[in-house]
Amino acid sequence: MKRLFSILLVVLAGGVGAEDFDYHLAVQAVAPDVYAFIGKTEDFTIGNGGNIVNTAFIVAPQGVIVIDSGPSLRYGQQMRQAIAQVSDKPVVLVINTHHHPDHFLGNQAFADVPIGALAETRQGIVSEGNAFAENLFRMSGDWMKGTEVQAPSRTLSAGKLEVAGRTLHLVALNGHTGADLVVIDESSGVMFAGDLVFNGRAPTTPHADVGHWLTALDRLETLVRDEGVRVLVPGHGMVTRDATPIRQTRAWLNWLTATLRESARAGLDMNDVLARPLPPEYVSLPMAATEYRRSVGHLFPAIEQEALESGR
Amino acid sequence: MKYPLTIAAIALAALMPPAEAAALKDNGDPLDSARWADMEKTFLAGAPVLFDPRVKVIAPSTAENPMQVPVTVDATALASIVEVVVFADFNPIVQVLRFFPDGAPAYLGFRVKLQQSTPVRAAVRTADGVWHVGGTWVNTVGGGCTAPSAAAASPEWQKRLNEVSGRQWSEGPNAGRVRLRIVHPMDTGLVAGTPAFHIEEINFTDAAGKRLMRVQTYEPVSENPVFTLQRTVVDGALEASGRDNNGNVFQASIAP
Repeated sequence: MKRLFSILLVVLAGGVGAEDFDYHLAVQAVAPDVYAFIGKTEDFTIGNGGNIVNTAFIVAPQGVIVIDSGPSLRYGQQMRQAIAQVSDKPVVLVINTHHHPDHFLGNQAFADVPIGALAETRQGIVSEGNAFAENLFRMSGDWMKGTEVQAPSRTLSAGKLEVAGRTLHLVALNGHTGADLVVIDESSGVMFAGDLVFNGRAPTTPHADVGHWLTALDRLETLVRDEGVRVLVPGHGMVTRDATPIRQTRAWLNWLTATLRESARAGLDMNDVLARPLPPEYVSLPMAATEYRRSVGHLFPAIEQEALESGR
Repeated sequence: MKYPLTIAAIALAALMPPAEAAALKDNGDPLDSARWADMEKTFLAGAPVLFDPRVKVIAPSTAENPMQVPVTVDATALASIVEVVVFADFNPIVQVLRFFPDGAPAYLGFRVKLQQSTPVRAAVRTADGVWHVGGTWVNTVGGGCTAPSAAAASPEWQKRLNEVSGRQWSEGPNAGRVRLRIVHPMDTGLVAGTPAFHIEEINFTDAAGKRLMRVQTYEPVSENPVFTLQRTVVDGALEASGRDNNGNVFQASIAP
């Protein structure tokens, strides 16, 4: 009877498994002393609470380094608990790879720890963080309860960074946003690519400069080859042991821009472009239809302007 | 008041394919908007109204960027069109634009700023005095009308104000299509300290000076407006001229 009553409560709460706001974060070992939490390849919903992102941590000799903190206070707290199950060492540094909300809104759970990001990422979080958070309250509902922007406290820049007895190679790139930080952990050969790389999920473009992004992907592929990268942790999607997701992301961006350019040159209006069907190879790619639609909104005006100006 | 409308609806239905005739309604807003009665009073006062599926308003059901929501109005299935008025029920500035397709098909593509989710509608007045209304709901996170224009953050636009770039397609699947973009901040006046500053009128003529279309634009039209028109025949350049509410004028010739 008691069980029946709690089932009824779940039904009344209206959420499937969401009533306890537990992300059920599962630690995945990706290399010795390196772990990741792999999110769903979905958009933010009340069902997933925003757990659509990959976050990670490195257990270094003198402490734990966290890479991205997730989409909410609750996520950050649950992430920190899950980390504590693996290591009793203190968290000594949190790194935000870029200024998108699913990567930094868990920072509050690490308010007692230095939080580092590139200068432009720090600025972006300060100026746009609240608007991002509001949007996530709208999309993920009560999962976001109590979440506020905790801006990074420390500026990181490109080069080697010694932290807690571990050497990180920080690579400052851009293209997905105005500042995208890639972290390579030297001793394990793990590359944390942030959202420059998506795996099995269509890339997002709200702050993208596609030309710069493609340049960044070339650089990443070179780094994978030259720096002995053995494991690639993308910002979204499964961890791999090769550069396939880099090529996958590049192929999507190339297809996207070619489609938009060709459309603009053929005289299509934005509504005509939105109505174009996805090619067969992308029909079953998670989030492809949504991200195509969103990308038309973000990227078509500039591409169309080029086409119209070349007609003068 | 209802009786003559019904007569008009029956007469029209007789001329239409059965599926469209079934969708023809002379009462009851198919978009079920709480603002419909006000919209009718403001724009269509006293004249007979038909919700008419031949008036196509194409816009994404979810707008990614509330500053640039693409809208296409296609009323080419109707004859004897006098004017087309486009409005968005829940926008702080409701009226988007009006166009008069004197010598061109009643087809116009443009982009609008939306402040919140709203129906976007086109009301088409035919020579018999009837308003034919079509529309669609657009969901958006909003903020389109009270967010500053990109131009407000940079003085660059002043050098290029009213600059027109455009193209005309004379072959291929889009033959007869004209697209143009005008550099203008289209400030709504709803951002503190930035007065309304927008293009008010655009005239399109053919090379011989025959009027193709006149467009009256209002604040909600997006920054750096882009228009798509359709010509029945490509007959030389399309001449575009217009002015904004500060008296700045522009003129451009768009060759095929």
